[in-house]
Amino acid sequence: MMGKFLSKIKPGYIFLIAGLTAIAFGVLRGEVSMVFHKAVNICLECIGLG
Amino acid sequence: MKISANIKRRLLQTVAFGYSNPFLPNLIKGDIYKGKFKNFCNPGMNCYSCPAASLACPIGAMQAVSGSLDFGFSFYAVGIILAIGAVCGRWICGFLCPFGFFQDIIAKIPLPKFKIPKFLTYIKYILLLVFVLILPVALTDYMGMGKPAYCEYICPVGTLEGGLTLMAANPELADATGNIFLLKISILVITLTGCLFIRRFFCKVLCPLGALYGLLNKISIFRLQIDKTLCINCGKCADVCDMDVDPVKECMSSECIRCGKCVSSCPKNALKISMDHRDGVCGPL
Repeated sequence: MMGKFLSKIKPGYIFLIAGLTAIAFGVLRGEVSMVFHKAVNICLECIGLG
Repeated sequence: MKISANIKRRLLQTVAFGYSNPFLPNLIKGDIYKGKFKNFCNPGMNCYSCPAASLACPIGAMQAVSGSLDFGFSFYAVGIILAIGAVCGRWICGFLCPFGFFQDIIAKIPLPKFKIPKFLTYIKYILLLVFVLILPVALTDYMGMGKPAYCEYICPVGTLEGGLTLMAANPELADATGNIFLLKISILVITLTGCLFIRRFFCKVLCPLGALYGLLNKISIFRLQIDKTLCINCGKCADVCDMDVDPVKECMSSECIRCGKCVSSCPKNALKISMDHRDGVCGPL
């Protein structure tokens, strides 16, 4: 029964759950502040001066 | 009055361009927005060093976190791309990407348009692997910090939106340019010239975000589907496709940006973009 249930789950939903889990994990370990820090300072590499 | 699917798409693209770049006065001031929205990633390509940008670039964020001393891999940015891609695939490229919209506008210039050899579309996967995933982690300085290699050596979006706009307002930045800037300007010129003659040239050849979404096209919940019992093989869908895809042969192509042009062109309504994965229709898993 469990196998039948799992076979009905589309891979898209599995990837969606994996993505949301990864976002939550990234937020919990503080990646957002790193993204914010990078995004609010002029990125010299991005503009070709790095 | 019925609004056509193409007009709806253009409206959505305009809205996406607007919310991605609302801080237009910064273009004159030569500074960038520093508010809380920069905690979030834009689903499309839009440089976070563009003075008008409201959100972070997902590819830039991925490299910045991966190359940092503290993390080594960006679950946050990858998770955002994975979650959005799992739902929409490359629909984002067709509807929400600001640089995609910019390319669509350039393509309106009446010049002959050409198809691109298929092998060139694989370049974006090499760029994704080497410049976005490997080099920011492998190429580190004496402190162990990596650099955002795609942003530094390739990204024409950053050169155009961030580099040229900031240099226009801050001449001292222009004085600091060197060989890397020359390289990036050359790539930008190639990209813009390519966009004049090849529709969505950047999306097809250079975009690592499009490459990631493209890989997710095949499993995405929201997808293009064809009912082959209705299809009469007239070829109209392939003729109108900006991405050189033949939906009859490969309706889950990693190149398809789900713009819906093929759906509108089909005289038999054999194509649709939906979440309904019916048996007997190309696309179910």
